[in-house]
Amino acid sequence: MRYILALTICLIPLLSVAKIVHQERSLYRNIVVSEERGRRCLVFTIKRDDRNQTCKDMDDPKRVVFPYVRMTLSGLLVNPEPKNILIVGLGGGTIPAILTELYPQANIKVVEIDEAVVKVAKTYFEFRETEKLTVHVNDARVFIKRAKLRKEKYDMIILDAFTGEYIPEHLMTTEFLQESKDLLTTDGVLIANTFSTSKLYGHESATYAKVFGSFLNLKMPDTGNRVIVAVNGKLPGDFVLKSRAKNLSARLHSYGVEMEIYPSFMSRKVDWDTSKRVLTDQYSPANLLQDD
Amino acid sequence: MDHDASAPTGSIIRPAFHTYVVLPLAFLSGFIIMSIELLGGRILAPYFGSSIYVWGSIITVFMLSLSIGYLTGGKLSIHNPNLGRYGTFFIIAALMLTPSIIFGESIMDWVFVRIEDPRYGSLVASMFLFFFPTAVLGMIAPYSVRLLVESSARSGSIAGSLYFISTLGSAIGTLATSFYFVLWFEVNTILISTCVILTVAGIYALIANRVT
Repeated sequence: MRYILALTICLIPLLSVAKIVHQERSLYRNIVVSEERGRRCLVFTIKRDDRNQTCKDMDDPKRVVFPYVRMTLSGLLVNPEPKNILIVGLGGGTIPAILTELYPQANIKVVEIDEAVVKVAKTYFEFRETEKLTVHVNDARVFIKRAKLRKEKYDMIILDAFTGEYIPEHLMTTEFLQESKDLLTTDGVLIANTFSTSKLYGHESATYAKVFGSFLNLKMPDTGNRVIVAVNGKLPGDFVLKSRAKNLSARLHSYGVEMEIYPSFMSRKVDWDTSKRVLTDQYSPANLLQDD
Repeated sequence: MDHDASAPTGSIIRPAFHTYVVLPLAFLSGFIIMSIELLGGRILAPYFGSSIYVWGSIITVFMLSLSIGYLTGGKLSIHNPNLGRYGTFFIIAALMLTPSIIFGESIMDWVFVRIEDPRYGSLVASMFLFFFPTAVLGMIAPYSVRLLVESSARSGSIAGSLYFISTLGSAIGTLATSFYFVLWFEVNTILISTCVILTVAGIYALIANRVT
């Protein structure tokens, strides 16, 4: 009886059939936009373990559906007033849209490798470019190298280019992180959205530690995500984080972001296997290490 | 021991001995060509990304340089073909690959600053890095045929065996590099080993030439 019940529960999601709104094969991936119970989602692969890249609650479009997207905003605790922001990876455009609303004066550049994703974000997720918010279709590594030549500086860089299926290996090396760090202002912050459950955890952590030294590791119960918050200068102490969280929480409340609880989940502890090899341009088999 | 085009067919015992030298070396050249080609993607990615057009550039340059290598190697095989010259191809290929290892980053920096479009940037960088060593590696294939062919009747069969062995080498080189070498070693470690192995292979052919 218990099994039948369990089976029924497992089958419920299959019964409420997700409607496919749009589907296309781009140069880089399969893109699917689906709609289900008032949620519109962007999916990048159509394997059995589908991963939703971004979802939008059509009844409450402001609310951020996924915890990792909300966690990304924890970078604001380190730099609460960013003026120049660089975001790697557009997805459905949730993060750039929130940051534009919060900081209408900020210059925000989004680098997205896939032209098709930009089109889908505009058509199905109400993403809009403005004078202050621009999208650049380019490989992030190439964009960041060119930005350095142009002597651009950012006080916030968000790396959100990992879909979980395939990792762009040239975006997870000490050289890439150093190039990104070189773009940061003295009080600049780099936020990377990655995974805490992957086998890559040790390698990735060692690589970030090599470039940034100590960093903040935000992990929450019930999500496999982790957000790395690293700085160019010195990390703020717990007291500063908590008081900033208090100040920011009201502004972020309508997005469903519970900023006030983040500081207690941010750790500076070296909780990874330090014997793991650092990833470099010379050695970066991230995708092989992931399933090792 | 000269065996030029006018010599009577099948009159010389040399090919049997040559086979033991040429076949493994043909396998090796196939292996190394694909190993370098795959590492090319790794080398270019920090400057030009890893999009389909970067692979397009690499494959274009490899096909182009191999085609020129085949042509040149074929021409060089007309007069006085011998294992000594065959061995020098391997050594020259190793020498040509060395600057790509040492100056690779400076070359890519130079190209990156001058060419904005990553398609043409990756194409030009691939030319600088891979054209010459791959062209020399390409010379090995037709020269191998010449060293083993003794009669026109068997020429197709010998060319077939050589294609077989060198393409098998390519298949195994591709697999070994992409599945295992990149997981175990740094890119430069693999490339330097490649140079050493090519040099040793060249010396082996030179010694074999002395023995005959």
